[in-house]
Amino acid sequence: MSEILFYAIAAITIGSAFWVVTSKNLVYSAVWLFVTLFGVAGLFIFLYADFIAATQVLIYVGGVLVLIIFGVMLTSKIDTAKISQSSKGKFIGAVLSLLIFGMMLTVILTTNWKVGELQSVDSTVNTIGNMILNEYLLPFEAVSILLLGALIGSAMLSRKK
Amino acid sequence: MSINFSLKIYGIFVYQNFAPIVVFIVLLIALLGVPFILQSLLSPKQNKGGQKLDTYECGEVPEGNAWIKFNIRFYIIALIFIIFDVEVVFLFPWAVVFNELGMLAFVEMMIFIAILLVAFAYVWVKEDLNWVKMSVKYGKGRYANLKGDKEV
Repeated sequence: MSEILFYAIAAITIGSAFWVVTSKNLVYSAVWLFVTLFGVAGLFIFLYADFIAATQVLIYVGGVLVLIIFGVMLTSKIDTAKISQSSKGKFIGAVLSLLIFGMMLTVILTTNWKVGELQSVDSTVNTIGNMILNEYLLPFEAVSILLLGALIGSAMLSRKK
Repeated sequence: MSINFSLKIYGIFVYQNFAPIVVFIVLLIALLGVPFILQSLLSPKQNKGGQKLDTYECGEVPEGNAWIKFNIRFYIIALIFIIFDVEVVFLFPWAVVFNELGMLAFVEMMIFIAILLVAFAYVWVKEDLNWVKMSVKYGKGRYANLKGDKEV
């Protein structure tokens, strides 16, 4: 049952990612990306990374995707011209992605996967909370400065004047 | 390997309570999908065309395309939203351990939020949060004869 679920989520993720790349319409690509990002969140759950899965849904599905769709809708010719993405350099792209696929396959096949004992795993949120408020306090506060910088920079760049 | 693998995955649903989410997703797909399948089975097949295929716009006659060029302001608002979205993500683990750590955690998070309030003040002062002021260009629809209006 659970294995079926895993393969179903993996198939949905890969299939929708395929449509993102091959869809002729940018808006459709963005919508398919929604499914892909949700599938990735599902895969995170299978890695016992529940916090990252929730973060994936909150930030990527809820935020970044909205930004991407706005990015598509901001293109100046969207109301007149037919927006289609034309893939260029298909041959080189295919060779490169095949090489990356081969590299990943080699790594997967040569790694000695350690299968641990089944143990009860609690939610990781508690551990993460303790970590960022005690051990990694300085990086945590630095994150807020990073966010501050990111917001000021991006707001400045996207302003009209 | 295989048994262990499935046990591990089973463990996720037992220990981390993801089973309700799976149930919700299945229910969602069923509740959305079944009416679609039913209506495609039950509805008459011939295509009447014309108004039947129009977008439903609360009884109004739809005008123009839904895929129009958005104002750049939406983009800035979305950018601001993402930054504070990330902030909220950090609030979750903080809220979970808040009872254990008490005052210390409170002060630490207040510093975090205070730094991000500077970002909020920045976009406020720079008027990024002000809503769009643009001169409206009317399209081909029924308002085509209106000209030169300024709309806030």
